[in-house]
Amino acid sequence: MPFRWNPELRPEDITPEELFRQRRRFMKSAALVGVGAVLGMESLEAAETSAPLGEVRSGVVTLNEKQTPFADASGYCNFYELGTGKEDPSRQADRLVTKPWSVLIDGEVGRPGRISLEELIKPHPLEERVYRMRCVEAWSMVIPWVGFSLGALLQRFEPGPKAQYVSFETILDPERLPGQKRDILEWPYREGLRLDEAMHPLTMLAVGMYGRVLPNQNGAPLRLVVPWKYGFKSIKSIVRITLTEQQPVTSWNAHAPGEYGFYANVNPAVSHPRWDQSRERRIGEFLRRETLPFNGYGEQVAGLYTGMDLTRFF
Amino acid sequence: MVGWRRLVWLIGLIPLGWLLLGLWQNTLGANPVERMIRFCGDWALWWLLMTLAVSPLRRLPGWSGLIRFRRLLGLLSLFYALLHVSGYVVLDHFFSWETIWRDILKRPYITVGLMAFLLLVPLGVTSTRAWMQRLGRHWGALHRLIYPASVLVMGHYVLMIKADYRAAFVYGVILAGLLGWRVVSVVVRSG
Ligand code: HEM
Repeated sequence: MPFRWNPELRPEDITPEELFRQRRRFMKSAALVGVGAVLGMESLEAAETSAPLGEVRSGVVTLNEKQTPFADASGYCNFYELGTGKEDPSRQADRLVTKPWSVLIDGEVGRPGRISLEELIKPHPLEERVYRMRCVEAWSMVIPWVGFSLGALLQRFEPGPKAQYVSFETILDPERLPGQKRDILEWPYREGLRLDEAMHPLTMLAVGMYGRVLPNQNGAPLRLVVPWKYGFKSIKSIVRITLTEQQPVTSWNAHAPGEYGFYANVNPAVSHPRWDQSRERRIGEFLRRETLPFNGYGEQVAGLYTGMDLTRFF
Repeated sequence: MVGWRRLVWLIGLIPLGWLLLGLWQNTLGANPVERMIRFCGDWALWWLLMTLAVSPLRRLPGWSGLIRFRRLLGLLSLFYALLHVSGYVVLDHFFSWETIWRDILKRPYITVGLMAFLLLVPLGVTSTRAWMQRLGRHWGALHRLIYPASVLVMGHYVLMIKADYRAAFVYGVILAGLLGWRVVSVVVRSG
């Protein structure tokens, strides 16, 4: 197995003591107390200068592959709300206002309501997980995310017996987000997962990457990361999480159902009318590499789909 | 006026120079292969539109000299299309003919792009004075292939787009104007 998955951390997996103290010192010198306060900081316009995060347990999921440079992961993005070019989102990142931020949690949950970002994150220890990210456009990256399991969050709000799916919405702010002034897609951007996919321990909500607060163009302040699905499933800048009984509408699927399925599991065997999915270009590499089924996470997640025809439910 | 033509050639090489400089200085972003392919595709299209603009523009008083540059502009379009297609074959798929063949069969924007390219190549080959003389009056007929080729290029572009049709719309309107002008002038002349 090329990556190591360690939900139960051993002592050696936790951030080395010295590094830990250095981070502490930095945080003190910056007069920032507690993760919530750091998260509340707006990520600065230049991607390289986004604020560091507080205490993060590293090594929760590691990957024995070279990480994509931060400049590439934060400079080459798809985030149509901030422009359709790959470099538009980083250029226009400061149009997205991430403070104050709250998330509405509703639908089939025992405890619905609106919750501030700080309250939402507070109970969850932050973990670093290094995941492959495979875009449907046949390029990929390796990114160290910081966040926590979506499942842990959902448990807090007590999914009801009728909950079958989870639906997510990105912020809708056409006044500020230039892309939303034009009907490229139907806004707000929506994504969804089946509840068992959402509860899978690999599925995470990220608040940072590379040890820092998420840059706006990467979906600050809160985004989904589902490493075995094409990148468009990993919705950015989430303001609403709804548990539903019916399969929710998702943006790209609604835009072109023949091209983008609801499941969108990385699958080299299912062709796409636009891109050959059998291989991918890892950003920073010249020759393409083979694409792995479920993006290399088959051992963990293939069981979610036993008995399903994945060429039909693509 | 060979001097002017040489100048246009040199201007035509500026985009390529810019690309090579970017490659050299590593300023082409996270995905330089994609950047290069798109850049050359854009320039192939732009030179093509400029080529098509010569005939209408030279009717303007004092612009008749423009005709001198028409073949040159067409060749520049083919040159960048060649770079574009080589970029796809060499940089994008590194001679993986199996993948390329599958792309041609399965991906309409590639199929249509190839058709456009196959129409443009003979125009480039027969652009020399010797071929002009050899083909005589057929030369003009052959070179009318630029019309279907330009429509196919537009189709290639539109089929490639995921969701944002803005730029393609602008080029589509320009192309429709350039081709529409020809239809109108034929009708006017024969009517
Ligand atoms: C065998 C022929 C061709 C192949 C295989 C091909 C391939 C491609 C590919 C792979 C892309 C980029 C798609 C992407 O990045 O998602 C593209 C875009 C494009 N191609 Fe072609 N192409 C061909 C012929 C042509 C020709 C003849 C022209 C023009 C004269 C042309 C103009 C364009 C343009 C304008 C774009 C869009 C660039 C942009 O997005 O800015 N292509 N083509």
